[in-house]
Amino acid sequence: MAIIHVDGQDYEVNGAQNLLQACLSLGLDIPYFCWHPAMGSVGACRQCAVRQYKDEDDDKGSLVMSCMAPAADQTRISIEDEEAKAFRASVVEWLMINHPHDCPVCEEGGHCHLQDMTVMTGHDRRRYRFRKRTRRNQELGPFIAHEMNRCITCYRCVRFYNDYAGGTDLGAFGAKDNVYFGRYAEGTLESPFAGNLTEVCPTGVFTDKSHSEQYTRKWDLQFAPSVCHQCSMGCNISPGERYGSIRRIENRYHGEVNGYFLCDRGRFGYGYVNRSDRPLLPEWRQQPDEEPTTLEVDTALARITDTLRHSQRVIGIGSPRASLESNHQLRELVGADNFSTGIEAREQACLALMDDLQRTTGLHTPTPRQIENHDAILVLGEDPVQSAGRLGLNMRQAALSRREAMGEKIGIPAWNAEALKTLGQDVYHPLHIAWPTATELDDVATRYPLAPEEIARLGFAVAHIIDPAAPVVDNLDPATRDTAQRIADDLMAAERPLVVSGGSLVSDSVLQAAGNIAQALARRARQGGLVLIRREANSTGLSLMGGQTLDWAMDELTEGRADAVVVLENDLYQRLPAQRVDQALARADIRVVLDHQRTATLARASFTLPAASFAEGDGTLVNLEGRAQRFFQVYEPGYLRPEARIHESWRWLHALAAGLRREDATDVNLDEITAACAEAHPALTGMVEAAPGAGYRIEGLRLAREPHRYSGRTAMRANLSVSEPRPPQDEDTPFAFSMEGYSGFDHPRQQVAFAWAPGWNSPQAWNKFTDEVGGHLSGGDPGIRLIHRQPGHRDYSLRIPAAATAENTLRALVLPSLFGGDETSARAEPIQQRMATPVVILCHIDAEALDVHHGDTLVLGDSPAMTVHEQDDWPTGWAGLPAGLLPGLAQGEALTLSKTTGGEP
Amino acid sequence: MAEPVSTSTLIGSDGFELHPADETAILEQLKHYEQPQAACIDALKIVQRRHGWVPDDAIPAIARVLGIGPGAVEGVATFYSLIFRQPVGRHVVLVCDSSSCFLTGFDELKQALVNELGVDYGGTTSDNRFTLLPVCCLGACDGAPALMIDNDTYGPVTPDDLPRLLEGYP
Ligand code: SF4
Ligand code: SF4
Ligand code: FES
Ligand code: FES
Repeated sequence: MAIIHVDGQDYEVNGAQNLLQACLSLGLDIPYFCWHPAMGSVGACRQCAVRQYKDEDDDKGSLVMSCMAPAADQTRISIEDEEAKAFRASVVEWLMINHPHDCPVCEEGGHCHLQDMTVMTGHDRRRYRFRKRTRRNQELGPFIAHEMNRCITCYRCVRFYNDYAGGTDLGAFGAKDNVYFGRYAEGTLESPFAGNLTEVCPTGVFTDKSHSEQYTRKWDLQFAPSVCHQCSMGCNISPGERYGSIRRIENRYHGEVNGYFLCDRGRFGYGYVNRSDRPLLPEWRQQPDEEPTTLEVDTALARITDTLRHSQRVIGIGSPRASLESNHQLRELVGADNFSTGIEAREQACLALMDDLQRTTGLHTPTPRQIENHDAILVLGEDPVQSAGRLGLNMRQAALSRREAMGEKIGIPAWNAEALKTLGQDVYHPLHIAWPTATELDDVATRYPLAPEEIARLGFAVAHIIDPAAPVVDNLDPATRDTAQRIADDLMAAERPLVVSGGSLVSDSVLQAAGNIAQALARRARQGGLVLIRREANSTGLSLMGGQTLDWAMDELTEGRADAVVVLENDLYQRLPAQRVDQALARADIRVVLDHQRTATLARASFTLPAASFAEGDGTLVNLEGRAQRFFQVYEPGYLRPEARIHESWRWLHALAAGLRREDATDVNLDEITAACAEAHPALTGMVEAAPGAGYRIEGLRLAREPHRYSGRTAMRANLSVSEPRPPQDEDTPFAFSMEGYSGFDHPRQQVAFAWAPGWNSPQAWNKFTDEVGGHLSGGDPGIRLIHRQPGHRDYSLRIPAAATAENTLRALVLPSLFGGDETSARAEPIQQRMATPVVILCHIDAEALDVHHGDTLVLGDSPAMTVHEQDDWPTGWAGLPAGLLPGLAQGEALTLSKTTGGEP
Repeated sequence: MAEPVSTSTLIGSDGFELHPADETAILEQLKHYEQPQAACIDALKIVQRRHGWVPDDAIPAIARVLGIGPGAVEGVATFYSLIFRQPVGRHVVLVCDSSSCFLTGFDELKQALVNELGVDYGGTTSDNRFTLLPVCCLGACDGAPALMIDNDTYGPVTPDDLPRLLEGYP
């Protein structure tokens, strides 16, 4: 702590920060551009000037850049100093000399940091009367639009894209007053984190293309605190809605999970919510795949309950992409004995093992932000950027943070970004990745291209070196032994080693190996961490809830032990071979499917109920840390489309359960369901605390979903009726579908629908909602951990796979894939444009055996043609296939690939 | 999974191919530095020496040899005014417009050059013989006004000297 004097007032601040950050944290406004809380200072824009005095007697002082000056004890500054103010006004005027002043047509307008800063400095007249420099813009792919004329040369984009996220195709080109920020050549931005440029760039150079097609100003959007549903990270998001469709996804600041950044799957993968083919009404089909007939809600409920009542046994198939509440309500409907999680058996076993390891190895699971403080990482059988997007960015920061450790020794503060970058060129904390093919982190990592069993053997060997009490690996080849030694040395030399693994390879032995390493580190009294990546948004939650496997459900149906099935938000064809699912569904006389997407499973439903997606419903998910997080409904679909009958699955299922009991379907609210779910499942008890209940009020007010400048509400339904109905009422949450309600920042709160503060319209407004800038939300970061480290003992696993022997079969190695590997976002158009063309990775030997070369094509049965990608160090006996390419393909499945014959696709 | 991207397919092709000898020379330069990006200027100079300028397709090619991103190479290649990104004539005339030369007759010298060559800054004579460009201080202030043709510095140069000087560069 330090005392600083600002304009004659004394303040207590965090002395490790720079003056800009410290003053902003105090709520004092200093304009700035190039500084960013996550990226530190470079002193490039000169916007943050203040006057600094040497001591009490100094009445002259000098101008300094507040972002480049430490908030040291007894620092004296003036923000209000006339000369400093004039300087700042001049700086913004210079920065804007070539700016087109095109706010009315600029998509940044209304949430623009440049607008905010220009107003803050009082620059309201243009004096420059000469020719402006103009630019050619680039086509940067399906996510990001480019308008270089608006650039103010703050360098934030390249600092984020290259220095922070490891991108290599974006750059700053040219010199002096002629600097261009773009790709070295026109083309798609390659980084999977490129979408953050839309929030990092303080002006409208990089904007969201998916938003552009259906543009609405920030003040006209309706928001809710939501949680990304596209992987197990659980990033917090603020989806913005207008006229019944989601218009954009903004980052919602969370101090421990996603900070200021998202991955591009999460930001641009929402399009499935807006699809025009979504089921809006209950439907009925006599035969699979035939055109359905729509039903009224009451008719549908009556007919479904009636038929279910007459069935002998109903199986419920839940889903790791649906909320805990919906899954619980399904389990209530069919009974615990008839409930399946909807997860394939081997994956479910891995999930259970991951829960167990998180509890018993003795290492705790750091939050994503805490990962950045780990000083050695081993990734065993995962590709974090592909399987958990944002997590890869945290891991990169961990590797880069070596420079901070170096800086600390010679007195360079952690915020002095450019100095640290120069100091720590090409030196990283050790990051070892055992994974068969290239990853986004390779430039800061050492990677070992191994097959799944070899990855496990390597892991077991590492554990044995760390703790000789851990089982020894037989017949280890010398090269692997050396690798294991190097990894073990790095982990043991570190203060906070981290082990990362997960379910991508669906391998018990890989996870057991990771568990042994974690346990060995714990036994050697290391302050380490263990992070385990799950596949889907609620995989962790479903595993905690428990239930039978999907395979079990298929068997019950196929073997005639049940004649009805209720499927919750789950496309079974993504998980098991089509034949197996077909067989099972064919035996079920009644097939009720609740979903918001027209999946192959839904097409075989006898009854369909239109489920809410995250945009139209509330619920709770559990992320890979074990953090339960609530997502809130963004808009009420029935308000603008009165014909729509979309409801949360838990609501539908509750009504069905009441019908079965021949009770009147009294409505139920979220809090009741959440409480019932928490009570029924001891592992989920904490979930009630994940967010405040419907009765929560601030200053007696509900929380507003709409900014107070929200316009046009009285007119937006005028095409339907000129009289404006009452806005929808929300019985489930403390939020109002209205601009009326609390939207401020002076009361600490966790659940913030959108960040806005007077004078702060851009995403930088989040700085008003945190305890200190870049810290935690002032009301605490949302969510609650359900999985805790337990005292006690785990025996080392002895399940070491044997060394691979040469076999003739080729096995599938399904590779997680950020664009395309997730069922729902793969239905969003911009994501489809970013999916890799179908490829199959082979080593040279296997390619030769199949008589194919790099660039030839292969098929598996009637699959699309896959281009052969020969990789020199790819493990023999495996065919690498991106997830999502061949639905239902099991990890490790034996494959018969055949050459495409001429003419055929 | 990471898509195997061949960067060369992403950009408009100007048909540039890195000469094997240049690739060897760049790899040799790499040995002199701790960081590969430090060899970037040398690499660009090597390419420019052979081609007279640095075509767009050379950027990803150099990036590949250096093992750094094409964005970084393009950044360096556009920062330095003496890395030419458009074709230049057989000889490049650089006329100094910095202070000493400015005070001692740069104006007349530049005008004489424009008259003599028939092109202004950035122009190349129609016979592709000369390209005229400004340059900042050549470090030849003692002989101001100064100019440089290819690797040769001259000064002081008067307009009258020009025909004879230029003749030396066929
Ligand atoms: S493009 Fe945006 S982020 Fe990049 S330098 Fe320009 S204003 Fe800054
Ligand atoms: S990392 Fe996962 S949760 Fe976060 S934005 Fe990406 S897909 Fe969504
Ligand atoms: S914010 Fe301090 S110089 Fe840019
Ligand atoms: S100013 Fe022209 S050579 Fe120095």
